[in-house]
Parts: sequence; structure tokens; C-alpha cells
Amino acid sequence: MGIVQLGWSLAASALFGCMALPTLGAGGIAEDRMVTDNPPGRAGGRLAVAVRSEPKTLNPVLAADGPSRDVIRCLSGDLIHIRGDSLKTEPALAKSWEVSRDGKQYTLHLRRGVRFSDGQTFSADDVIFSFHVYLDEKVHSPQRDLLVVGDKPISVLKLDDQTVRFDLAKPYAAAERIFDGVAILPRHLLEKAYRDGKFSEAWNLTTPPSQFAGLGPFRLKEYVSGQRIILEKNPYYWKEDHHGSRLPYIDELDFRVVPSEDAQVIRFQTGETDILSRFGAENFSVLEKQQTEKKYHVYDLGASLEYNFLFFNLNDLSSRKAPEIAKKQSWFEDLRFRQAVSSAIDRNGIVRLAYQSRATPLWGPVTPGDKLWLDTALPHPARSLERARQLLQSAGFSWKNDGGLIDSHGAAVEFSVVVNSSNSQRTKMAAIIQDDLAKLGMDVHVVPLEFRNLVDRFLNSFDYEAAIMGLVSGDADPTADMNVWLSSGETHLWNLRGKPSTPWESEMDNLMEQQEITLDFAKRKQLFDRVQEIVAEDMPVICLVSPNVLVGSKDRVGNFRPGILDPYALWNVEQLYVR
Amino acid sequence: MKQRYKLRTAFILLAAVHAAVVFAGFLAPYGFADQDRELPFAPPTRLHFFGAHGGFRPRPFVYGLAADPSRPNVYTIDTAEEHPIHFFVAGAPYRIAGLIPARIHFFGVEDSGRILLFGSDAYGRDQFSRFLYGGQLSLLAGLLAAAISVTMGMFFGGLAGFYGGWIDEALMRGGDLFLALPWLYLLFAVRAALPLHVSQRQVFLLLVAVMGLLGWARPARLIRGVALSAKERNFVLAARGFGASNAYLLRRHVLPQAYSVVLTQLTLLIPQYILAEVTLTFLGLGVGEPMASWGSLLSSLQQYYVLASYWWMFLPALFLMPLFLAYFAAADALQERLKAVPL
Repeated sequence: MGIVQLGWSLAASALFGCMALPTLGAGGIAEDRMVTDNPPGRAGGRLAVAVRSEPKTLNPVLAADGPSRDVIRCLSGDLIHIRGDSLKTEPALAKSWEVSRDGKQYTLHLRRGVRFSDGQTFSADDVIFSFHVYLDEKVHSPQRDLLVVGDKPISVLKLDDQTVRFDLAKPYAAAERIFDGVAILPRHLLEKAYRDGKFSEAWNLTTPPSQFAGLGPFRLKEYVSGQRIILEKNPYYWKEDHHGSRLPYIDELDFRVVPSEDAQVIRFQTGETDILSRFGAENFSVLEKQQTEKKYHVYDLGASLEYNFLFFNLNDLSSRKAPEIAKKQSWFEDLRFRQAVSSAIDRNGIVRLAYQSRATPLWGPVTPGDKLWLDTALPHPARSLERARQLLQSAGFSWKNDGGLIDSHGAAVEFSVVVNSSNSQRTKMAAIIQDDLAKLGMDVHVVPLEFRNLVDRFLNSFDYEAAIMGLVSGDADPTADMNVWLSSGETHLWNLRGKPSTPWESEMDNLMEQQEITLDFAKRKQLFDRVQEIVAEDMPVICLVSPNVLVGSKDRVGNFRPGILDPYALWNVEQLYVR
Repeated sequence: MKQRYKLRTAFILLAAVHAAVVFAGFLAPYGFADQDRELPFAPPTRLHFFGAHGGFRPRPFVYGLAADPSRPNVYTIDTAEEHPIHFFVAGAPYRIAGLIPARIHFFGVEDSGRILLFGSDAYGRDQFSRFLYGGQLSLLAGLLAAAISVTMGMFFGGLAGFYGGWIDEALMRGGDLFLALPWLYLLFAVRAALPLHVSQRQVFLLLVAVMGLLGWARPARLIRGVALSAKERNFVLAARGFGASNAYLLRRHVLPQAYSVVLTQLTLLIPQYILAEVTLTFLGLGVGEPMASWGSLLSSLQQYYVLASYWWMFLPALFLMPLFLAYFAAADALQERLKAVPL
């Protein structure tokens, strides 16, 4: 999952989806195929896409990095799925489900006659096995935490071959969304490895393709170390279009390892790859110019679920030898200091300079991409150096003759801001903020660091003063960001004490825990609105900007319907076709 | 005659560039960190002598730029208003040669206009001003690092050549080690080991020190050769016969013979170190924002969109070429004149 991609996929929403019609499967058993709502496409052809690095594993339970997850998504199926365009849930391998009145019991009815990509039949046993593995603490699945509700792992019970029941310790507002992304594993292939305690070695990159099977639209065909992974059509896939043709349309999907954004952009421009996502606004402008001539299109989908923010090190440093940082914490802990910083930052300038206007300024942590949960009443105070100076003055700061800011003890206000060196937008943001704060007399050093070094400082050494970071919500639901806003959360980056140290932090903990178990949407929204208000007022982090989702595809790709949820472009890969 | 002409041209050019860089604050219309957030990636401003509707103006002027709201970083020239160029105008404060505070700039336009001779960068900063200011860091880095290398080279090379024997062996093998060192990785390691809290000045000095310290081996070898032959000269032997001490011999008779080598080595090393600074900053090891150096000006060219869309970002590179040519021409001509040992 990495640190940027947080949370999984959770949230309340109406039952939504497509009709399931029983058709006759290859083996003669009635097969409950899912009928998709896309315009029918043409079968055949292949598509090439780029991944930033080689996947580390093809094991869905263990995958944590982006490239692995991108590939695994095409190879596996889940019970209930979140659509990439509407962000709502739809039936997947479970064709329907019922929820008990107290919200603690989910009964899922599985599709009949579905087969794995090796032709073996799928049944409730595979579901039981999969959840068993995901929940096994010895397996260390990064997704395990999301399957633990109210401190207890959810329990799974097989009622019959086509029915499973999940019991939750507490009512859980986003319960049906936790099934998204939990890949159903083939028990017949993995049970032995699991029983032998060798699950962590199963399904790595050296495993021959014949030993893989999944419920996704594709199956593994070939892997060339360091270069590419080629997937082929799963002939047993359980979705069809409304003309009755089995999906996916394309024969082959080619993931190529292209390590940098610029190289990916150039490959797309020259036609080597068909779909491009995760690129910056500057490259968008470059690509935009040649759209008609080179037969591709780039799309700006508007605000993403990524929120970038500035934060100060508010960790407990008493046990660490960091007197320099600890001294500066007296400034950072002063709300007026943080408010002054926020007030001095030119968010519109960041939007224009770092994102070429393809971004939205933020004052709270929910982006306009998440329309359902955004608190639209949040104030958007304009940039004001005047107000910033007043706030600093009221907090006991003053200015020397040369304009330098000093605190009440006469110490010059200077601190460093660490930032991921490989994210050019964030380094630009840092340079803009540096200039803004220089106007208040603060001496800010920007220190670009390699990402792993940065994360190590955040999580282990606490050796930093301020930082600019971005997080991407895993889902358009507050539960996805539990680990960010709970004071005990692992991604509560600015303060990893594990417990609240101010009244508003306690309130935030309460609100987050409340919204998780509140089933009524309006009430939940009220609770989460208050969380957004606290973030905007008390500024544990200073929210800055949310970049737009930018994607591109060749004109020959049909049914291209990108969404703002990761993976932006490939969420409906089974529906894509070559014109 | 031809060589003399070459040397003179090179020296005039070098003197002009160094003077321009020393007086960067005066010649640059803006400060190196002044952002104009309305004008990121603005193309170089054109100077006009004729108005939009004809009519000659004795004083050159520039037009304002209007951003195209639909397309980022695309500007149209707003011919409605002419901004005449004034000379010796008051503007952003700076310090002459880092010492004397001043605010008079050689040229500029009034505040409502903007003159960007080399265009502007991603933050709307004037590339021309940054080019001049950048030279201060880059040239200083070149000069200092070359001075460190040559001084160390003189010391170790002189000792090695003069004493010979195991001292020579030890110093020269040590020099080989330095020549074989992957200095780029060493610098990466040094930079990574630094605490977060190093000021730009410390980073700069460290960079210079490491570059200079790593480069002593080559001049040392050459000077060793000179010392080796010099110590066998008759007048040196005679001085020794009269009872001169080793230190005296080295100082008065041996090292002075190396002055031509030292001079040519300096003129060769300075541009090499300027380029090394450019390389290091390009790789993110040099001074950071908002400081300007020639390396940081060129490092934006790493990005594809800059290469593809903003040609004026190449201007600093274009203007650096004659500078390096001048340095190399000067080294060449110097060597010819001083009949120094082959390089």
C-alpha cells in the first residue's frame, strides 16, 4: 500500500449494479454471468501500458507497492467491487447480499458456475480460504487491518456452496466496501503452500504462469524480468456485455516497465503505449498540443483524492536527542504560528506555478473530487500577510531591523522543510512556500530527500522539522482515512504519540470512531464535516492543494472511461477494446 | 602575433564576464529570488523602438504580457501599454561584491512592466538576473576549487619530486588512489551524511572543498615532474653545494620553475570545476532553492516539458559556451607563451 496510498476501499452507498442473467457455462452448469453496462466492443488486439517499476510480487495478499497492485487488479476478482467512475459499490463475485438490521451480519450470495482462469470451479470454500489467509496474522497482509472491525477480525462462515456469512463485531458504516480489493484466491493452488507455512514465497515473479489462476479478466502469460509482464485474456471470465459476448475484449495486456514519468510520456507520445496515467500538468500541456496529429487524447478529470499538506514535527521528542528540533517545537505547537504560516501561503500561486492551474487549492483534507463527503461550508480565507503578521505578533514574535522574525527569546525563526525530491510538484510547492514565509521574516531551508529517507524520518527517527507530503485516499469514504486522523493511526504522520494530546485531538478521535459505526449517512456526514472543520481550524496539518487526475489514451482504445479512483484508467480494463 | 592576439581576446572576454558577474546586482534588473507568480515561463521580452502604430521612439521600450486564461503559461503581447527602459533606476536592494549595499540598477522598467531578457523560469523569476547571480557562485566555486587543487598539488608534487624515494612513491600512489576515486559517488555520500540543517553557504563551501581536495593529484604529478628535473639543474646543485637547506631550495629554486605549469593548470582547472559544479547541481547535490548557480539554471532542462516547450531555458547553456572556449583558449595561449611542459 505504501505510505501515499492509504486506506483501502470503504463507504456506504446504495446497492447499485447490473443484472445477473443465468447463462449456460462451458461445463454445462448454469453460469451466473454478470452483464456489464458498457457499449459492446470488438474482440481482439492488445494494449500496452507502462508501470513505474517492476512489480515486487504477484501475490494479492502480500502486494503493497503500486505496480504490483496494478497488475494484480487485472488478475483477480473480489466479492463486491467499487466502480471507478461512480465510486459506488456493485455486485461482483457476490451477485447479491443482505445486511441484518443491526448492521453486523452480511450474507453474500455467490455467482454460480464461475471458474478460475485455469478452469477450476469457484465456490464458497475459496472465499473462506481467502479470508482466512488475509486475516492470518502470520501472513502479514497489508490489507488485514481493514478486515478488523471493532478490534476483532471479521468472521466468515460457509452456509452452503454459494452462500457465505460475514459477522462483524460492531456495525460498520462502510462494510460492503471492505470487500473491494480482497482478491479471492484459488484454494486448489495455494492451500498447500499456506499449510506448509510457505505462503510468503507463493506466487512470486519466478513462479511459472501455469501455477497461477485467478478470477480477474486476465491471466499471466509471460514475464520478462525487468522489462515486461504480458497478460492474456481469461477465457473463463464471468462478465459479458449485453450482446452476450464474454469479456474481456482484448487478447493481451502488456505491462512495460518504464521507470520515469518523462520516459512514460515520451513512450505514449511515440505510440509505444496506449494508455497513460499518473503524469504531471506540465506534461499534460506538452501532450495536449499534438492530440489530433498523433491520434491520442489527454483528459483532465478534475480534482483527485490526493491532498497535499505542510506539517510540522509535533512528535514527542523527549526521549530523542534532538534538542534543536525540540526547541522549535514551541513555535510549531502554537496554533497561532501554524495559522500564520497557513495565512501567508499563496495557494493559488501553487496551483498556477506547480500545477499549471490543473489543481484545486485546499483548506481542509477532503478534496472536491470527493463530492459526497466534502464540507462545502468550510471557509476559504484569502491569503493575507497582514493577518499572518498579526497572529505572529500576538504569539510573541517580533521582527529585527533587517526584517528577520525572532521569537520571544530572541531566537531567529528558521527551520527546514523536507520534501520528496522525485516529486517535482512538491519541490516547487516548497520553493513557493519558502518565498512566502520569507516575506514574514522566516528563514526556511528546503531539503529535497529521497522518498525512503523521508518516510524513515517520519516514521522512525523523527529527524525533521517540517515537511510537505501528499496522501491519496484509498476510497471516497472517511473510513479510508482512519489511519490518518485517529491519533493512534499509523499515518498520523505529524504526531505518532499514539494518543491525543489536545482536546481537539480527542474530539477528532471520537468523531472518527463515531462515524465508523454510524449507519445513517446524514449523521455520518455531520460527524465527518466536524472533522474537516477541526483540521481547518486547529491545523494539525496545513492543507494546500489537490492535483487533478490526468490521463491519456490513444484514440483507438474503445470504452475508455477513466475515474478519479486509483487505478484511474484501468478500472474497467475488461471493457476496453481496440477499435 | 597570432597567439598574442588569441590570449588578449580570451583575457578581455574573461575579464568582461567576471566583471559582469561581480557586478551582477548592478547589471541584473531583478533579484535572483524575486518571483512574479503571474509570469511563469514567460518568453524573453523583445525590445522595441517602433510603436505598434508606427512612430520611432528614441528610448527602447517593452510591451507587457497578458496570460492566456485557457492555456497555462501562454502569453499574448499587450501592445496597449509601452514600458520604456530607463537606465540607472532604483530597484531591489543588493550588495556590490557582497559588501556595499546599493539599489541602483543599470537598467529596468517601471514596476508595472517587466523586462525579461532571457525569459522567466517556473516561478516567474528573471533568468537573465539569475544567470548573472548564478555566475557568482559558479565562478567562485571554480576559482576556489582550482586554487585548492593547485596549492595542494604544488605542495605534494614539490615534495614528491624533490625528495624522491619513498616519499615520492607514497605521495604518488596516494595520488593514483585519488584519481581512481569515483568522486561523484563520494560526493553523493558526503551530501547524504550531512545533517538537514546546513545553510546554503555551508553546502557551497563543502562542495568547493570536496571538489578541490579530490583534484590535487593531476597538478601534483605535473609539478613533481618539474621538481624532478629542476633539482638536477646545475644552479640548484650549486646552491646545495653552498649549503642551502632543502626548504630554501624548494622555495627559491625548484617551485618557481613550476609557475608556468601552475598558471596553465589553473586556467584549465577553473572551467573544469565550473563544469563540475554545474554537473553536481544538475544532480541535486549543489546549492538549493532559491539560490542561483549555473548548474541550477541548467538543471531545469532535465525535465521533458521544459525541453519540449520553453526554448529560452537553453540560453544560459548557450552563453556558457564562449566562456569555456575563452578559458581553454587562454590556457592554450599561456602554455604556448610560457613554453611550459606539455599538458
